[in-house]
Amino acid sequence: MPSCACPSEHGRVATDGYDPAARVKALEQLLVEKGYVDPAALDVIVETYAHEVGPMNGAKVVARAWTDPDFRARLLADGTAAAAELGFGGRGGEHIVVVENTSRLHNLIVCTLCSCYPWPLLGLPPVWYKSPPYRSRAVIEPRAVLRDFGVVLPETTAIRVWDSTAETRYLVLPLRPEGTGGLSEDRLAALVTREAMIGTGLALAPARADA
Amino acid sequence: MNGAQDLGGAMGFGPVRPEKEEPVFHAPWEERTLALTLAAGALGEWSIDEGRYARESLHPALYLNASYYEIWLRALERLLREKALLDEKELESGRALSPATKTRRTKLSADDARRLMANGTPYRREPSAPARFAVGSRVRAKVINPQGHTRLPRYARGKEGTVERVHGAHVFPDASARGKNEPVWLYTVAFPARELWGEGADPTLTVSIEAFEPYLEPAAPKS
Repeated sequence: MPSCACPSEHGRVATDGYDPAARVKALEQLLVEKGYVDPAALDVIVETYAHEVGPMNGAKVVARAWTDPDFRARLLADGTAAAAELGFGGRGGEHIVVVENTSRLHNLIVCTLCSCYPWPLLGLPPVWYKSPPYRSRAVIEPRAVLRDFGVVLPETTAIRVWDSTAETRYLVLPLRPEGTGGLSEDRLAALVTREAMIGTGLALAPARADA
Repeated sequence: MNGAQDLGGAMGFGPVRPEKEEPVFHAPWEERTLALTLAAGALGEWSIDEGRYARESLHPALYLNASYYEIWLRALERLLREKALLDEKELESGRALSPATKTRRTKLSADDARRLMANGTPYRREPSAPARFAVGSRVRAKVINPQGHTRLPRYARGKEGTVERVHGAHVFPDASARGKNEPVWLYTVAFPARELWGEGADPTLTVSIEAFEPYLEPAAPKS
């Protein structure tokens, strides 16, 4: 199991003796025996989010928006329809809204009430996105949260936080880094991190992406 | 409900700790918890909002101490018990002790699962009335403290903001969590940080929520 700084996340047995690994094993067996679930469907779901859907999808959308002004306009007007042009959509992203960073405005996405996140474009949310520190602080001290990610914005940059309290799912269109004029869409997509599309990061400079 | 899930503006949780090269799942039981939650949800016995209500109904101390997939798993067990799909004795033993209950939809096949992931389940509905507010409308989030599920966070209640986007009519989570289908208009409402957090708030900060029409009342135009 990977080592991790998350305090309460993995392989832990709760104080009431609840052992999630044992419980879920028994639960699956029971639900299959009673005819409520098909193990093959469970495997498809796991496979989808372990391998097929992830931040690489969102990165392709961003790279296209950076290189195609018409697509960018469509993306900002109707994120769901524009993402579908690249084949992305579905569960957890039925209503996609894309918001654009500028030199004067930085966007940050959070779900203070649970873990709403644009699944078809970013996959499943990371542990920190679902955790109380992020959900509590993003709406009251986003600059401090950004510092936790090593991001310091000029004091003149306005910050806009979008609390995802409905089924509308938000994606940040980050600023295109300087010095990327001649790069292909694939090279540009490699600069687009998951954090950049949530707003807790910036797109990478080309040298850093190559390093 | 005013549960532990409503975290906006809470303090004392410490820094955000992003994990380098974080894997999608940290253990096989997390994979199965996600898959079982989606597959059992597809039986049609509860809505996504009933699922969220089951999670936020966990004891606050438990909610804040558990990992997110543990929250999901405990809520899934609770929903399965509440809907009488199985009972606690079966959960403890892992063996069926009674025949299966008839569900609204039959079990998801592998192909159904692919379709469900690819298509999702849109939440936009035909509106039953014209929108009460438009882009630019000044609104106040109502002060409400429902026992049931709501998506109006405490930090916005009683605060004045401006409608910025109109998303059409959507499934209303507060009703949907009670098994009722009552589509209402959905808006993005933006609040200056000073309105939410008072003196000392970041003057460059604006926070928006997605607000369902029943959460809102008209406010006086900005002077």
